[in-house]
Amino acid sequence: MLVLGPLGFTAPWLLLGLIALPILWIILRAVPPAPIRRRFPGVALLLGLRDDEAQSDRTPWWLLLLRCLALAAAILAFAGPVLNPDAREPGTGPLLVLMDGGWADARDWPRRLDRAEEALAEAARDDRTAAVVTLTDPPGDGLPFRAAGDWIAQLPGLTPQAWLPEGAAEWADARDGEFDTIWLSDGLDHPWRDDVLAALETHGTVRVFQSPRPIRGLRPAAFEDGAIALEAIRDRDDGLADLTITAHGLDPNGVDRELARQDIAFEDGATEAPLALSLPPELRNRITRFEIEGMRSAAAVSLTDDALRRREVALIAGRDDREGLELLSSTHYLEQALAPVADLIDGSLSDVLLANPDVIVLADVATLPAGQAEAVRDWVETGGLLLRFAGPRVAASDVAQGQDDPLMPVRLRAGGRSIGGAMSWGEPKTLRTFTETSPFYGLPVPLDVSVSAQVMAEPDPALADRTIASLADGTPLVTRERVGQGQVVLFHVTANAEWSNLPLSGLFVSMLERLAVSTRPARPTAEELAGTTWTVDSVLDAFGRIDEAGTFPGVPGEVLAEAVPSAETPPGLYAGEDRRVALNVIGPETILAPAIWPDRIPVEGFAVAAERDLKGWLLSLAVVLLAIDILASLLIAGRLRGARAVATLLALALLLPVTEARAQDGATGASTPEEEAFALASTMDVVLAHVLTGDAEVDRVAEAGLRGLSQTLFARTSVEPTDPIGVDLETDELAFFPFLYWPVTPDQPTPSDAAYARLDTYLRSGGMILFDTRDADVTSYGGASPAGVRLQELAAPLDIPPLERLPEDHVLTRAFYLTQDFPGRYNSRDVWVEAAPADAQAMEGMPFRNLNDNVTPVVIGGNDWAAAWAVDEAGGRMFPIGRGYAGERQREIALRFGVNLVMHVLTGNYKSDQVHVPALLDRLGQ
Amino acid sequence: MSVTPAPRDAAQLRSRAEALAETFPPLLAGAQHLAQSVLLGSHGRRRPGQGDEFWQYRPVMTGDESRSIDWRRSGRSDAHFVRQKEWQAAQSVMLWVDLSRSMAFASNRNVPEKRHRACELALALAILLNHGGERVGLSDHDLPPRTGQLQLLRIAQALGAYGTEEYGAPNAREMPARSRAVFVSDYLGDIAALRDALTAAADRGVSGIVLQVLDPQEEAFPFDGRTIFESMGGAVRHETLKAGDLRSRYLDRLAARKAELADLARRTGWQYHVHHTDTAATQALLWCYSALERDH
Repeated sequence: MLVLGPLGFTAPWLLLGLIALPILWIILRAVPPAPIRRRFPGVALLLGLRDDEAQSDRTPWWLLLLRCLALAAAILAFAGPVLNPDAREPGTGPLLVLMDGGWADARDWPRRLDRAEEALAEAARDDRTAAVVTLTDPPGDGLPFRAAGDWIAQLPGLTPQAWLPEGAAEWADARDGEFDTIWLSDGLDHPWRDDVLAALETHGTVRVFQSPRPIRGLRPAAFEDGAIALEAIRDRDDGLADLTITAHGLDPNGVDRELARQDIAFEDGATEAPLALSLPPELRNRITRFEIEGMRSAAAVSLTDDALRRREVALIAGRDDREGLELLSSTHYLEQALAPVADLIDGSLSDVLLANPDVIVLADVATLPAGQAEAVRDWVETGGLLLRFAGPRVAASDVAQGQDDPLMPVRLRAGGRSIGGAMSWGEPKTLRTFTETSPFYGLPVPLDVSVSAQVMAEPDPALADRTIASLADGTPLVTRERVGQGQVVLFHVTANAEWSNLPLSGLFVSMLERLAVSTRPARPTAEELAGTTWTVDSVLDAFGRIDEAGTFPGVPGEVLAEAVPSAETPPGLYAGEDRRVALNVIGPETILAPAIWPDRIPVEGFAVAAERDLKGWLLSLAVVLLAIDILASLLIAGRLRGARAVATLLALALLLPVTEARAQDGATGASTPEEEAFALASTMDVVLAHVLTGDAEVDRVAEAGLRGLSQTLFARTSVEPTDPIGVDLETDELAFFPFLYWPVTPDQPTPSDAAYARLDTYLRSGGMILFDTRDADVTSYGGASPAGVRLQELAAPLDIPPLERLPEDHVLTRAFYLTQDFPGRYNSRDVWVEAAPADAQAMEGMPFRNLNDNVTPVVIGGNDWAAAWAVDEAGGRMFPIGRGYAGERQREIALRFGVNLVMHVLTGNYKSDQVHVPALLDRLGQ
Repeated sequence: MSVTPAPRDAAQLRSRAEALAETFPPLLAGAQHLAQSVLLGSHGRRRPGQGDEFWQYRPVMTGDESRSIDWRRSGRSDAHFVRQKEWQAAQSVMLWVDLSRSMAFASNRNVPEKRHRACELALALAILLNHGGERVGLSDHDLPPRTGQLQLLRIAQALGAYGTEEYGAPNAREMPARSRAVFVSDYLGDIAALRDALTAAADRGVSGIVLQVLDPQEEAFPFDGRTIFESMGGAVRHETLKAGDLRSRYLDRLAARKAELADLARRTGWQYHVHHTDTAATQALLWCYSALERDH
């Protein structure tokens, strides 16, 4: 096989055929294209004309090049070209295939095995013995060199471990003999890496394979400021990357499921991506592990232990002995607030302190016995949270008055104050918004929380710093002082509803949560665990799967506290007497760093470049070139014209691979047949339309009324409408109708937002709506009739201009008939239209003002016009109007108003323009 | 007593008749349609003479017959008037249409063959002239100028029979003196015959029209590549390796031919016009008709 760069040829002798190409060039060049016979009467004029002796009888060079390329492609194809030919490296002596075998290998373990298998197969071809070693599980002495084929069969049995190799340098130093090494590295920087490499290089050549994919991990979750703080880390800091973190835990049915998920992003240049996950305590308490979604590695799983568990809260009340109502108990609201999220501890203070709770709540406890005060102080300094509430007892005592009390965050003034009581000035105070430095920052302050009594803090330079919540007048409501690792917090009101209604509010619960979660048990120290024995509850394997632990020996507490994952202490969940500790692959301090290899070591990826036979491709290329040649020849010969060219091109296009062309489906812009039918019916002629109200009788009358009006228009004017149409605001297009009659019923449904949008567009683009409340007999417009109220509700979202009562010179009074009345079934003059502009003025000697140019978008009234216009199927009037001749006269006027209305809609301000008639006549010189 | 011709085979006669009927009724119909679009009404001479139509009243001059005095007109005034009629004397127009193979050319399906267009034009002109009262004949077909529908039918029939020679040439033998003539051809062949005919015609006081019918391809010469050009009969051929190069020289020669024709027509008092088959026939017909009317 002949190998040229990435190309190899199986039959290189055929390449000699390429030498023939120049000869072919010359031969082809000499052959002119075949002539066309053409009938042409003008030939008589051509007789005697001679060709310019030029290259015209030669094939053009580009056509030659095309043909030569086609031939070259064919020759190359038959020479058997192979891309990335498998050029085997010769090797002798034993081969060591070394794998790290830690959790970092797990993410692409199958590919590592493939690469190892390839290396072994290669060794087998070269008759080399081989050994496969994982550094997490190294063979004790010597190297198990065997036939490479044996190892291939054993490869599937290898699994990575969930910890990193230890003592690899010593192990490597102890090897002897000559062997070459293929090291499938996990890509992480290990302290022993350089030593092992140096040791191996003394025995033979070392080749390193390592995946270019980044390694990511998840540090253990911790509480910070009321949220779960997570941190994803990676080995390289270049580029952006998005991850999804999921929290898993048992649901109430005991089924393991995903409880929360959040995206996290690595910034360019950052190896750490922090995430603050805020979850309800109920959910948070259920979480057993966090995972980076889509990664198969122990590093992507972070088990949680008691660190996220419920905290212990001790409630000590000063007035426990008092017989009283439950609701008046000092700690009732605290119990209610804390019971779902914390373990409450009852008992005397001395007993409680032994239990070492997270929080001790003192509700209206003024002073503590001297010994207990010291104990409490020590407890606070080691991280406890002492939460105190004021009350009558505190107010009455002299605790923290005049001098600092270590268990009070501030000094207090004697007596406290009462605000908003019967004997005091002022109103109960509300809360001020929390400042940014307050732990409560961001909690919404309900307006109804008020404080009527409180204990007052003595003014102090440190007071402002210690205040984490205050009243609207600036007096502190909650103060805090940090003592050692812990803190003392004082609510200046009672824990019950006696002094304020704060404990009744949801804010109280939120405040407690914000305060109580601030102190969490950190990772236990060795001293703390000394003497205890821990058993492995569940273990994490290298792929991030959690398995039941088998029979592991117990782990001493001091070992566990210092442990890193290893064979003795596998990562997992360890159970002690009353708590559980998680040992994760990635600790809080773990840093992932990429391995850096010396320049002399070639580092390759796992990608195995597969051989690819290029014969088929080259032959296809030759065929395509020949097809192009056919076209080009036709073109040269002048036979490629018009329809034949199209046909030829089409035939050629059919030969080419057809890309899938999807016809655009008419999802956008296309209309259904029903819509088209509706549009046709609405636009073939002028159509009056009424809004369907959902009330069948009203709709029927409206339809009949518009039919009557249509007939009148047909008989009297050049407007010749067809049958009216009922319009559903939700579905129908309104743009087709010049005029909408909208009878308002009190129980009409409110149109949707989309319908309102359409209505607004309709009104803006020149449509008119006649609102008819049909109640002018019982109320004038503006009166609170049900229909009127409904009309206000319906019309509120519409973009309706200012209205005025129909003025006497409005164009509606003369659009067709001269009329000053607009009756329907009732005769009220309360008809409202768009107001004339304020500067409209009557011209000299003219009866009307220069009014607005537009059609009024709405006409509002209550005269029940449809009833006056309505005709039944037989053409008779449906409703009687008034009495006798006067009634008929009113109906006639109603019809005239309808005609005027439609004329106004259709002709706009045409009649209004008559104000210009004198000027026009004057200009015409009449 | 002459020999009675042998009775022809009835079937043959019939088939020939049908073949004839196939071609020329559409031709006649098309020509009639064409003529309808141009018909200007009765075709007068615009001068006093024999005719039915009133032309003018003129005062009586010496030599006028007394019976020619129009008493109605004269009764209304003191002078005497003679009523004159328009001269409507018929003229003879000889048509010649080139029916050679060269005229059987059409560059694509959208344009008619040149001879079809030529025949259509000639026949339409014949119809128009017949309508105007002129006598129309067809040279080369033993059809002296006559008038009437029968003559039109004869002309249509004669135009249906195409010739076999490559290029056609007119002759002036059959033309009556002082008559009019219309020559329709592509004039792509040798025009010596045309020159002779025109000269002879001019000598005999015959004036007329030289109408050249060309296919758009003959004007454009849109060819390229190695080509063998053949005449329609295949008798004349010309081979070129690069037809595109010939274009300009061909067009030069065509222009020269046209100039020669125009010059020839001008010198003999004829009128020359080029018609392309891709343009409307009406245009050419209108030109011919007005040209005949223009020139007396």
